[in-house]
Amino acid sequence: MNLSQPPQSVVQSAFNGAPDPQPVSTTCPYCGVGCGVAATLLADGKVTIAGDQNHPANKGRLCVKGSALDETVDLNGRLLYPQIRDAVSNTMARASWDQALDKVAQGFNDIIARHGPNAVAFYVSGQLLTEDYYIANKLMKGYIGSANIDTNSRLCMSSAVAGHKRAFGEDLVPVCYEDLELADLVVLVGSNTAWCHPILFQRITTIKETRPDVKIVVIDPRRTATCESADLHLPVKQGTDVWLFNGLLHYLSQNGLTDSGFVDNHTNGVSGALSAAEASSAELMTVAKICKIDPNDLLTFYHLFASTKKVITAFSQGVNQSSAGTDKVNSIINCHLISGRIGQPGMGPFSITGQPNAMGGREVGGLANMLAAHMELDNPTHRQTVRTFWDSPAIADKPGLKAVDLFQAIEQGTVKAIWIIATNPLVSLPDANQVQRALLACELVVASDIIEKTDTNAFAHVLLPALGWGEKDGTVTNSERCISRQRGFLPVPGEARPDWQALCDVAQRMGFDGFGFNSAHEIFDEHARLSTFCNGAAEGDFTPRVFNLAGLVGMDSLQYNGLSPIQWPVLRDASGELRSTQRLLTDNRYSHPDGKARFIATPPRAPVHATDEDFPLALNTGRVRDQWHTMTRTGKSAKLADHVPEAFIDMHPQDALLYGVREGSLARVSSKWGAMVARVQHGGGIGRGSLFVPIHWSNQSASDARIGAVVNPVVDPVSGEPEFKHTPVRVEDFPVAWHGFVLSREEVAMAGVTHWTRIQGRTFARYELAGRNIIADHNKWVRELLNLDDPDADWLEYADKTAGVYRAAHLINDQIETCVFISPRPDLPSRAWLASLFAKDQLEDADRVGLLIGQPIEKGADAGPTVCSCFGVGRNTICNAIREQGLTTVVQVTSCLKAGGNCGSCVPEIKKLLATTLVEEAATQ
Amino acid sequence: MTSATGHPKSAKLAKPSLVVIGNGMAGMRTVEELQKMAPDLYDITVFGAEPYGNYNRILLSPVLAGDKGVEDIMLHTREWYQQNSITLHAGDPVEHIDRRRRIVRSRAGVEVKYDRLLLATGSTPFIIPVPGHQLPGVIAFRDIQDVETMLAAARDHRHAVIIGGGLLGLEAANGLLRQGMDVTVVHVTDSLMNQQLDKPASALLKKALELKGFRFMLEAHTTEILGAERVTAVRFKDGTEIPADLVVMAAGVRPNIALAKKSHLHCERAIVVDDTMQTYDPRIYAVGECVQHRDATFGLVAPIWDQARVCGAHLAGAGHRRYVQQATATKLKVTGVDLYSAGDFIGGEDTEDLVLRDPRKGIYKRLVLKDNQIVGAVLYGDVKDGPWYFDLIQHKTDVSSLRNHLLFGQALCVQAA
Repeated sequence: MNLSQPPQSVVQSAFNGAPDPQPVSTTCPYCGVGCGVAATLLADGKVTIAGDQNHPANKGRLCVKGSALDETVDLNGRLLYPQIRDAVSNTMARASWDQALDKVAQGFNDIIARHGPNAVAFYVSGQLLTEDYYIANKLMKGYIGSANIDTNSRLCMSSAVAGHKRAFGEDLVPVCYEDLELADLVVLVGSNTAWCHPILFQRITTIKETRPDVKIVVIDPRRTATCESADLHLPVKQGTDVWLFNGLLHYLSQNGLTDSGFVDNHTNGVSGALSAAEASSAELMTVAKICKIDPNDLLTFYHLFASTKKVITAFSQGVNQSSAGTDKVNSIINCHLISGRIGQPGMGPFSITGQPNAMGGREVGGLANMLAAHMELDNPTHRQTVRTFWDSPAIADKPGLKAVDLFQAIEQGTVKAIWIIATNPLVSLPDANQVQRALLACELVVASDIIEKTDTNAFAHVLLPALGWGEKDGTVTNSERCISRQRGFLPVPGEARPDWQALCDVAQRMGFDGFGFNSAHEIFDEHARLSTFCNGAAEGDFTPRVFNLAGLVGMDSLQYNGLSPIQWPVLRDASGELRSTQRLLTDNRYSHPDGKARFIATPPRAPVHATDEDFPLALNTGRVRDQWHTMTRTGKSAKLADHVPEAFIDMHPQDALLYGVREGSLARVSSKWGAMVARVQHGGGIGRGSLFVPIHWSNQSASDARIGAVVNPVVDPVSGEPEFKHTPVRVEDFPVAWHGFVLSREEVAMAGVTHWTRIQGRTFARYELAGRNIIADHNKWVRELLNLDDPDADWLEYADKTAGVYRAAHLINDQIETCVFISPRPDLPSRAWLASLFAKDQLEDADRVGLLIGQPIEKGADAGPTVCSCFGVGRNTICNAIREQGLTTVVQVTSCLKAGGNCGSCVPEIKKLLATTLVEEAATQ
Repeated sequence: MTSATGHPKSAKLAKPSLVVIGNGMAGMRTVEELQKMAPDLYDITVFGAEPYGNYNRILLSPVLAGDKGVEDIMLHTREWYQQNSITLHAGDPVEHIDRRRRIVRSRAGVEVKYDRLLLATGSTPFIIPVPGHQLPGVIAFRDIQDVETMLAAARDHRHAVIIGGGLLGLEAANGLLRQGMDVTVVHVTDSLMNQQLDKPASALLKKALELKGFRFMLEAHTTEILGAERVTAVRFKDGTEIPADLVVMAAGVRPNIALAKKSHLHCERAIVVDDTMQTYDPRIYAVGECVQHRDATFGLVAPIWDQARVCGAHLAGAGHRRYVQQATATKLKVTGVDLYSAGDFIGGEDTEDLVLRDPRKGIYKRLVLKDNQIVGAVLYGDVKDGPWYFDLIQHKTDVSSLRNHLLFGQALCVQAA
């Protein structure tokens, strides 16, 4: 035992006879930065979180979401047991794993038997671990024999994947995080890095502090938080990126920046790309006009790029989520190829992925148009390779349905069974109401999740409980190809199982061999072996695949458990030492058969649906800083709820004026596909003609804030990635009769409330409300809402009926249980002080008074015990007046303070006070 | 003997005569106001029915409860009258006014000529004329004599029944309870103090008083007072009877206008006065509970103080004041019950209510607003802002800017402003 330990823990551990809890190194489950987390399970069941000092991605730092992981691991709302929908009552009932697995296996087998393998599908997620992903892909493509497995990564970085494959012949991210620190110019395109990848952004800004010459350029229609650190912000019109980068390509070529040696020796297709660029973007003024930016700024950017060798162009969803997303990616890569700014430290195009294991999913081929281990579905040799390796009964021979097409096929009835794992398509897909129609029409909907009640799970026939972060075990790969372990440190809750196990169980019940895995480690080993199978010249005439985990083949479980973060390809050198690969393409060899990179001609295309008279505004969607996806996990954290508690519609004040909506009031955004309602706000840095709405709110957290329902189901023709960043919409006022909020220790069912949002507080839930109904009797209405029928409950209330103002609170044993505020205007008091009352075991009288005002009462000067009750004058007030004003008679006191001037019953007491006070005065003088 | 101004007593003959009928709070306050402005204008003669100097009738409740003695509530002792050269005929009520000759005559036959006459005859308790109302042990609660009767009864008897759950009845009940009697308050309507409180406040009051030991019979109509030598029980319309050794009638008062009527002064419900407190006879003024001003009669002290001020000024010959009715405020003198009521607390179709309820803490507050002004207030449990609201009522302050915080008190409104 260490003497430097605080005495208390010495005593405690000695007493418990157990060693102090040790931190477990794991990986954050949120964005694609993939930060290392040191998580400690304390003896009392609580969890502490810290950044992992040894992880190369974050070196000990964590963003606010990662730091709040401890607030998300409770079991509230968890799905703990399998459930099967009862056909008669149409409600979910608890079932055994055997029943649930049989139901899934038989259901899939029946449908395959009747309609063929393409009538079933999996829709999985970038939240899955590589091992889960591997099994799902193996089952669907190698055993069921269909490629109908797609993932929510389709919504995130499939355009980057497609762009990489077109340019490099393989889905390769050439650079690493360190390159951001080595670069002299960092161009951030369509990426609010400050909010969405905070740790990477910190790394960039930290370097700028030590090397002030480093320039940051942000290309984004919105003036986001990221722009605060930028040297130049180009607020391009949504969807015009290709014009901009074609213009850059043309500029580089015109200004002698072509790296002829590189282009000639290592690339193909430059002339095609240049003619497309010239056709669209030869004139700087034209580009500036189309992109709606200042031509001087545009020229400044072109000049910066041209004059800086070490340039990183990092891009994210603003590029990918577009009907021209793949072209946008290639238009960026083109600029790096022509100037040879690739393959060396501090330069290159850099796709920053949104999800913790988007990259891992790509490695195992978890997309409908991929195979496994970076092999191609449309390549017969690859198909044979994989099938041979798996020794599987079948192999999918044509691409499966991509996310948007998949749900349309379900609605049309060609796909009849779907297994949704770790994702919430009813919220996240475009035209999300179509997803609801699809699930309603689907014969068999299986959902694996950690949370019981989600918008999607509401339509499931079978629910399978999965392990969540902190419980499950496996690997993830971040944006710089770094494979890190996610390790379990929490006990398995209820009957939850790892997703790979549920998949293997179903596979075996469907009658398939090849799924007898006992651990994530065994699966990883098979995955690693597949990456080396028939890979490279040594294996014959195969084109070598860069993705190769040769160095990780044959690890024992101890080695797997102890695996440190490592970047692929992972090989072993001659001496047998593991070799991580920081950068790719340094040898200028690409994965196309000719070993060369390809320029892609990118004639620009506008977004598929243009704004028009009926839908004059362009909707943009995205994340907020402190929430993740559909909030099933981050929504549990009170800390994270504070930053942006409600969904919002960010728009330019002049547009608000034009369309008759007001900041702070509710408005409805509608497109041809659907509508949602949220509060209007300004100040999000958006230009005229656009709206921005965050993606996180679901039917679980708000009445009508699913922006997915509004987004057009348009996809990129190459990548199939939806156009989330451009939907023509209109906005209109959403009039309500009243606004209000509830803070409650118990959950409140929002029956009969027109508009609501649920926000997690520390020991309570907060609901923001608005209603169209005229409330005749507030007391009755509110008590019904809260389901409080005890007439003797400690209930205090304030009512200004004609003004429509009502405030009430329910206390139990002097502790606040609920408070409700209602007003016809959104002029409600701050929730912060009221929220703080929930932390008190007992309210003081002053709190009780403040409770109905919604603000703390300052204890005024103590007037002392009341002497004159007719005029409410206290003893101290009287004595002070006697002293300060030299009063000597009752009449004087009365004329001064009114005291004694009505019924006169206090006159004797005033006389006494006069006498004693005057005596005291005399004594002190 | 010389007057305070040092003029010889013989100068008295030259002064006009002011006769005051009624040695109570209203009449004597008027005299005080007059003396402040014109100390030597009149020869003043006061006739009073009770055999005391002037005392504070409002404080009879604390005397009954034992919190104060009779000597504590004296406003003007007999010495004061002497010092101020006022002739007092205590225990000798005036029975006749000869308006033509301007002479009053007392029961004892004292005749005094007047140049100005002030009627301050007050009111008489309303004794419900049920059978048995004249039995010994049936009294009102109006004067020191009544208090002494009650104190005596409390010594020898057990059961007290108070008829009337208004302000006075509850104070009487409280006093008798404090004196150790079993007390039942009988009230015809379903809510106590319905002249001052709305129903929610009334319900809180009832609950609080019950905890103190009060018993209540609401919506109870007394039909008979039973007893032979002395009262023994009270019977109600529904046939129930309760034992009673003492019955206190506190069912309201009637303006005492018998003398005025006999003298053919214009009366309606009370003696009609104008804004200067002058009656239809220009030599005769009237103040207090016996007057009617623009349809209103009076029972609380505050408006009477205002009347005294106006009347005193006119008697002094300085006709610069006129009486304006103001909202009134009430509180109940029962220890541990904080209650404040002011103005039009019932309201109507054109009024708005602000209401705060905290039953667990025994707090109820209601403000009645009209045209952005407070017109009425009922406060129960937390009354410290009562006087402030009363001020706002009287000054007709526009409270629209305070509205959101108004019910939470002056301190917060000042802070918010």
